[in-house]
Amino acid sequence: MADIVVKTEDVVKEYRMGSNILRALDGINIEIERGEYISLMGPSGSGKSTLFNMIGALDRPTEGQVYIDGQNMSHLSQRQIAAFRCHRVGYIFQSYNLLHVRSAHGNVTLPMIFAGIPEKQRNEKAEGLLDMVGLGDRMYHLPDELSGGQRQRVAIARALANDPSIILADEPTANLDTITGREIIDLIKRLNEKQGVTVISATHDLKMLDVSDRIVDIRDGLVERVRNRDEIDIEVGEVGGDGH
Amino acid sequence: MQQRTPIEEQIDLPFVESLRISFQSLKIRFGRSIITTAGITLGIAFLVSVWTNNEIGLALQESGRQSTINTFEETTEKGISTKDIWLIVMSLIVCVVGIANSMLMAVTERFREIGTMKCLGALDGFVVRLFLLESGFQGFSGALIGALIGTLGAVLLGLKDYGLDLFFYFPLLPAQPEDGTARLGVIVVILLGCVLGMILAVIGSSFPAWRAAKLPPAEAMRTEV
Repeated sequence: MADIVVKTEDVVKEYRMGSNILRALDGINIEIERGEYISLMGPSGSGKSTLFNMIGALDRPTEGQVYIDGQNMSHLSQRQIAAFRCHRVGYIFQSYNLLHVRSAHGNVTLPMIFAGIPEKQRNEKAEGLLDMVGLGDRMYHLPDELSGGQRQRVAIARALANDPSIILADEPTANLDTITGREIIDLIKRLNEKQGVTVISATHDLKMLDVSDRIVDIRDGLVERVRNRDEIDIEVGEVGGDGH
Repeated sequence: MQQRTPIEEQIDLPFVESLRISFQSLKIRFGRSIITTAGITLGIAFLVSVWTNNEIGLALQESGRQSTINTFEETTEKGISTKDIWLIVMSLIVCVVGIANSMLMAVTERFREIGTMKCLGALDGFVVRLFLLESGFQGFSGALIGALIGTLGAVLLGLKDYGLDLFFYFPLLPAQPEDGTARLGVIVVILLGCVLGMILAVIGSSFPAWRAAKLPPAEAMRTEV
């Protein structure tokens, strides 16, 4: 039996815009297995980012249930949800969302402070993670002093700080050039393969499809179809050499 | 669904860490912090100068030096004129509105930061605590500078009106003359100014910070200012 890490049941999300009600999600049912690399695809406004927010407990569904590791998220206390975000999930955003008052190192240590990890231990871990993403020499720079690709690397290192079982990446390559985007995708894929982290990514970057195990197409707030990697024929091609 | 591991509750932000994070944030956003603090400084400087000026007026009036006091023509028999009360109330309002506005702006432009901290596992209380510490420090330092500037302003004005007699009768400490109006004394006015500045700054920032911390992170990060 498959080990399901994320399951949604008839998830509906409505936004009130003045007198209108916008139905961003219209009853989404998906199951994601542990260790999978899933891409949520869809045009802007399809609801993929909204679904991403529901899975990551960043927003509450109007109707329906989200289960993570068998836990119904709507039954958790505020403290449990904070602990869930802190320990179980690593978030990567399109606009990096680094705290610009903290250095790269400071950004990576913050979730570990919340998790109660002692200072020495968290400093060592942050150094190790920043080394791993290739920023060993820029650890104490502020985000404003780093390039887009470097900022996204810091975000990845930060996402990994508390050894999450799920990485949620919302358009992680949208603000990056093709080569940098490719590098970021390779980095996320390596984490998925080597550490067995489940990766759920909202994207419309075709390069992401190449590495995904399954692609969930979202349209008008519904799952249009789910494709396995071998069912799709992607020709991403080589852009700009080997991507190093 | 096979896995039923309970979600651990380990989530913490020790006070020392909160202090460290708050000071670091103030230090790195120094330019912006100065602008916010300047709002507090101005409000309190205005309030304290009007108040101190009034204290000085009362003290000299009681000293029997009415002959030199041109500004107290309208003064009633016993102490503060309606005009002075009006001035103090007005300066208090200006001070409250100015500080609340500075703090509101300072917090609102950081909604995304608040959403991000919640993504990393911060409880609503952590966010509010960090903002409370930052604004409390800003409020106190801004108000202290403001109170000193305000006092200096009032002293200079007093020198112009009363000459060096001012220093002889300077109302530094609280006093309750037998036939006059009770005075707070300049020291108390300065202290009150500092406390008021700090309280207003804390209220002005913790309310929007609390509101932002209550929002689901996705909504806080979506908020455009």
